[in-house]
This record gives sequence, structure tokens and C-alpha cells, in this order.
Amino acid sequence: MAKRNIAIGTLLVGMVLGVIFWGGFNWAMELTNNEQFCISCHEMRDNVYAEYKGRIHDLNRTGVRATCPDCHVPKEWIYKIKRKIQASNELYHKVMGSIDTREKFEAKRLELARHVWKTMKETDSRECRNCHEYGSMDYMAQGRRARREHQEGLDAGKTCIDCHKGIAHQLPDMSEDDPSAVLAVHPEDKTGE
Amino acid sequence: MKNQTAKKLLFAAFGLCALLLGQSVLAVEIQSLRGENAIDETTEVPEVKRYNKDGQPLPRNYVLQPPLIPHKIDGYEVTVKHNKCLSCHSWKNYRRHHATKISQTHFQSRDGVVLANVSARRYFCLQCHVPQTNALPLVDNTFEPVESVSSW
Repeated sequence: MAKRNIAIGTLLVGMVLGVIFWGGFNWAMELTNNEQFCISCHEMRDNVYAEYKGRIHDLNRTGVRATCPDCHVPKEWIYKIKRKIQASNELYHKVMGSIDTREKFEAKRLELARHVWKTMKETDSRECRNCHEYGSMDYMAQGRRARREHQEGLDAGKTCIDCHKGIAHQLPDMSEDDPSAVLAVHPEDKTGE
Repeated sequence: MKNQTAKKLLFAAFGLCALLLGQSVLAVEIQSLRGENAIDETTEVPEVKRYNKDGQPLPRNYVLQPPLIPHKIDGYEVTVKHNKCLSCHSWKNYRRHHATKISQTHFQSRDGVVLANVSARRYFCLQCHVPQTNALPLVDNTFEPVESVSSW
């Protein structure tokens, strides 16, 4: 009888401790999963956050916001943990000061942007779709350009990030991706280099 | 010394002209676009204008008018690094996006050199091309284009 009580007792204590530790772990992780935490580093606050301010995901008609982790950290637990482990690389570069000035950040912008684009392409823009679902788009409520582009994009198997780059932050030098949408270089300037 | 007298005379002549001109101007009712509000009074806040929804290309009002933008351009950035307008309107992209292509005149530098891309003097689209709002004209005008060179 006593043995059984101990067993039940251990089980109950185990359950309670489990809930506390599990909840505590998640709570601690969520502390690192909000805008205020992200912009506690000046690299984020002065570059990407400053660019995000006033753009559609920050400021809009209805006041619905998508903050840093809404787009850059997956919602689903297993993917979230994976992303949080990857973030240790970001801590390393924070310590190394890899992008601690605007100039350093600008020099790395294309590379950093490509990392994000690659991830979004691989996940079929999963984080976008937490809010924007192709199947729930009412094409008739869209403008004539969006209506056509979205349907053609869907048919061609495209994902959000294929077209919607530079929505929340400034674009890097895109001359490699689209050489037709950049400023002409004057031949005299070229030879002067 | 002689020069200064001449200068004074010239100023006097200008002054007289200005006075005469001023009188004739005063005879015409002048009203600024601001209305009849005194300069130290706050004017009534005008109604907020909204950009028109996406539509078909708008007709030109006169020959060589820069075409108007028949769609919203919220958040479209034109920077030294990238031109959002050209991601649809460039020669490479216009067909795919069913857009109007940029004129070839935009590829010339100010010295007449034809460049491989849009010239800096024509790169900032919004200097000439503008979207439209629901605003009515502030001043009436009776301008009519020459029929023989109007395509609409």
C-alpha cells in the first residue's frame, strides 16, 4: 500500500515538476521571441528595425502588426527550436562585431538577405502563410495587377518571397537578380575605375 | 561717380515701372489657393485625398505628356541600388507583367550617350510620372489638345 502511495506520489510530483520546467523553458524562450528583445541589439535596432518602421507590416490601416519573430521565427515548436539553436551563430557574430556599423551591415546586406530568401523559399514562405494564405485570398477584392499576378504565380508554383522581396527592409543591390532595374553606369565612370 | 548716378537713375526708373505695374495688378481680384483666410488664421483642413485604385492606363492630355501612373505605388522604393518601378516596366520585365515599357529616351545620358540601362537623369520616375487621387482641379482650365496629334 505504502509502495503504491510512493509511486503515485512520485508520479504526481513528476508531473507538476514537468509542467513547471516545461512551462519555464517555454516562458524563457518566449522572452527572446519578441520585438523588444530583438531590438535590444543596436545592429537590429539601427538597421533592419529602422527600415521596418513605417512600412506596411508596422503601420497600416487596421493596426495589425507583424513584428520581427512573426516573420523570422517559425510558430511550430520543432521548427522554432531549430531556429533558436541557429541563432547561436548570430550571437557569435554579435560578439565578433561582424555588422556593428552601418557600413559593415551594408557590405553584408546581400549575403544576409539571401540567407533569409533561401530559407523562405525552402519552407514555401511558411511564416508569411501564418497570416497570408493563398487559399483564402479573394482575388475579386484585389487590384487588377495583384489579381493577375497572384493567379499566375500560383499556377507557376511560385512562393511569396519569389516576388515580395524588400517588403519590410530595404533591398540590397539587386543588379545580379535583375540587371534591368538598376541605375545605368556611364561608360566614362567605368573606365575611371 | 558717374556710374553711381546712372545706377540711381536706373533704380528710379525701375521703381516707377513697378509702381505703375502694381496699380494695374491691384485692379484684378487676387485670391490665393489658400482661400480668403487671413494669414494668421488656421485654414479648414481639406478632405484627405485617396489614391485611385488600380485601373487601365490613363489617356494623355497633351503630346509628350509623361504617362500618369494608373495604380497605387505605396511602398515602392527607388534607390541607387534598385528601382521598384522597373521591376515591371523595364524592357526585360514589361511583357511578363503586362506593363507599359519604359521609353528608350530614358537611356540617354545628358551628353546624348545611349547607355545600357536607365540614365541617372531619368531614373527617378516620380519626378515626372505621378499617380492620381480623387482630387478635383483647383483651377478651371479650358485647355484642349491639338486633335491631329491626340491618340485618345
